[in-house]
Amino acid sequence: MNNRIDQLFARKNKNILSVYFTAGFPEIDQTIPIIEQLEKQGVDLVEIGMPFSDPTADGPTIQKSSDVALKNGMTLEVLFTQLKDIRKHIKMPLILMGYINPVLQYGMEKFCGQCRDCGIDGLIIPDLPLDEYNAHFTKFFEDAGIHNILLITPQTSEARILEIDRNSGGFIYMVSSSSTTGTGKKVEDFRTDYFERLQSMNLKNPRLIGFGISDRETFANACKYASGAIIGSAFVKALQQEGILESKIDGFIQSIKG
Amino acid sequence: MKYTADENGYYGEFGGAWIPEMMYTNILELKTRYLEIIESESFISEFDSLMKDYVGRPSPLYYAPRLSEHFQSKIYLKREDLNHTGSHKLNNTIGQILLAQTLGKKRIIAETGAGQHGLATATVCALKGLKCVVYMGALDVKRQEPNVRKMKMLGAEVVPVYSGNMTLKDATNEAMRDWINNPEDTHYIIGSVVGPHPYPDMVARFQSVISRETRFQLAEKTGSELPDRVFACVGGGSNAAGAFYHFLDDPSVELIGVEAAGMGVHTHETAATLAVGSTGVLHAARTILMQNADGQITEPYSISAGLDYPGIGPLHAHLFKTGRARYLNATDEETLNAALQLTQLEGIIPALESAHALAALPKAGLKPEDVNVVCLSGRGDKDMQTYLDHFGY
Repeated sequence: MNNRIDQLFARKNKNILSVYFTAGFPEIDQTIPIIEQLEKQGVDLVEIGMPFSDPTADGPTIQKSSDVALKNGMTLEVLFTQLKDIRKHIKMPLILMGYINPVLQYGMEKFCGQCRDCGIDGLIIPDLPLDEYNAHFTKFFEDAGIHNILLITPQTSEARILEIDRNSGGFIYMVSSSSTTGTGKKVEDFRTDYFERLQSMNLKNPRLIGFGISDRETFANACKYASGAIIGSAFVKALQQEGILESKIDGFIQSIKG
Repeated sequence: MKYTADENGYYGEFGGAWIPEMMYTNILELKTRYLEIIESESFISEFDSLMKDYVGRPSPLYYAPRLSEHFQSKIYLKREDLNHTGSHKLNNTIGQILLAQTLGKKRIIAETGAGQHGLATATVCALKGLKCVVYMGALDVKRQEPNVRKMKMLGAEVVPVYSGNMTLKDATNEAMRDWINNPEDTHYIIGSVVGPHPYPDMVARFQSVISRETRFQLAEKTGSELPDRVFACVGGGSNAAGAFYHFLDDPSVELIGVEAAGMGVHTHETAATLAVGSTGVLHAARTILMQNADGQITEPYSISAGLDYPGIGPLHAHLFKTGRARYLNATDEETLNAALQLTQLEGIIPALESAHALAALPKAGLKPEDVNVVCLSGRGDKDMQTYLDHFGY
C-alpha cells in the first residue's frame, strides 16, 4: 500500500478534512506555503486545483480564483516546477484537480509521469468520464501509481455507483447535492437519504462528501455520513481576505475543526 | 450514411460526451431515448405539422438573378431568413421542445449568442407554456438588444453572463452550470451542433430539413437534386450541418463552410476556429477549438455575435479533417460589404452571420454553368444598428 491516500484511510476513517485551493491564487508563488500551512494545521488531504479558463462544474468563487491564477501566469509547467521537491517535507496525500483540456494539451502520459515524479497520489478530473478513462488512460494512471477519483451525485444510479466503485480508487467523491461548487446550500439541503443509501452499499472505496461544505456545522454534518468532507470554495474565499497568508489559513481551519 | 455519429457520438476522432458526472443522468436519458422519440410516428407528425403551419416551411429556394449575374454563376438562396422568428434556429427548438415534453420536463434553459436561438427557444416555450431561462453574454445583450426585448416579451427570463469575454462561450458555460444545478425538471436546448452526444447528432437531424427541401426544390427548378456547391456560415455550425446533411454522401457536391475571420485570421481578433485551432475538449465534446499552448481556451472575436465562438461542432471538425467539406472564412469588412451587396442587388437584408456565407462567393472559384446554393440562415433585423453605424444610412 504505497499510495498515501490508501495509507490515510487505513489509519483514519472519521472526520477526514480535505481542502481544495486553486494553484496560483491569490499569488503565483503561494502553492507551497499554502500546502505547508494546511499540513501544519492537521489537514488530512489537499486538492491542488489546476486552473482552467472555462470551469463549467464550478460556481463563481472558483471561476474567479481560476481567472486570477491564470492571469498570474499559472500553467501545468509552472505547477510541476513548484511541486518538484514537495515530497522532501510534505507527508500528507496530495491530489490534483482540474479539467481535461489542459491535461490533454500537456499529454496524459507525460502528465501522469510528472505526477509520479512529484509524489501526487490522485487525480480528480470531473470532465474525464469513466468510459473515456477506461478506453484510453487507465495504463498511464496505473503505471504512475495514482488513483483516478470519480464523482457521484444524488442522481447517480445504484448500478452506476457500483461501476464507479469498481473502476476508481482512493475514495469516492460524493457531490452533496446537485450543484456546481460553492453555491452556499445549507445543511438542510443535504440529501441525507442519498448519504444513507451510500452508507449501506458496502463499497470498496471510502467516501468523502464535497460541494456546499463551508463551515463547522456543514463539515460535522457531512462527517456523520462519510469518512470526511471536502472544503473548496469557502477556503478560497478565506484566502481572498486581507491579511497574512498563514494566519488566514490557521483561522479558517480552526473555525472548521474547532 | 458515412458521416453520421457512431453510438458514442463520435464522428471519426471527434465528438463523444466529456461530461462531468453531474450531467450523466440527463445525458444518458437523452442518449437512450432521443432516436426512439424523434423517429416515432406521433413526433414526426407533430413536428411536420408545426414546420408547415407554424414555422412556414418549406422555406423558399430563391434564384437570385442579379447576384448570379454579378458573380457570373447560378446562385440560389435557401431562405431560412423567412422562417418564423427570422432564422433556421426554430427548426431545432421545435424538435427539442417536443422532445422535452415527451420527457416530462417543466423548465427549459438555453444559451444564445446573436439572440436568434434564444428567441427561437423563448418562442417554443411560449407555444408550449414552459418556463424559459436564456443565458446570454453581457456584451451580446448589448449588441443584440432587439432580440433581448423580444425574448422578454415572450415571457423568457434573460440572464446576462459577465464571465470571460461575455459572449456565446460564456453563456454556454453558464447554461451548463444551470443544468448541473437543476438536474431533474430541466431540459437544456443547445442551439447548435455542439456539446456532448447526442446533441450534435440530434440538432443536425432537426436542421437537416434544410437540405431535404433543397434537394426537391432544386430538382423542380433545375432538373437535378444536386447542386455543385452549398455555402453556409459556421459558428458552432448548425445551419451548415442542416444545409450539408442530405448532400454528405454525394461527393460531387462541394460543401463550403464559412467561418468568421473577424479582423483577419492572422490577428488575434478572429473566430475562425478551423483556421487557427487545434484538437481539444470544449463544452463536453472533443473537437477543434481555439486554445493556447497550455490548453486554455482563447477568446474569439467576430462582429457577428452568432459566430463569435471558439469551437466548432464535431461533425464539422470531422468533415474538415477528412476533406469532405472545405472551410473558408470572411472578415468583418468583407461580410459587411457582402450584406450591403445582397441588400442592393436582391432587396434582402441578411443577418451578419449569413452574410459571411455570401462573402465567400468570390473566393470559391465559381464557373458560369455551376449551380450554387447559399443557406441564408437569418434576416438582418437584429443587426440594423451595426449596419447603420457602419454604412451611415
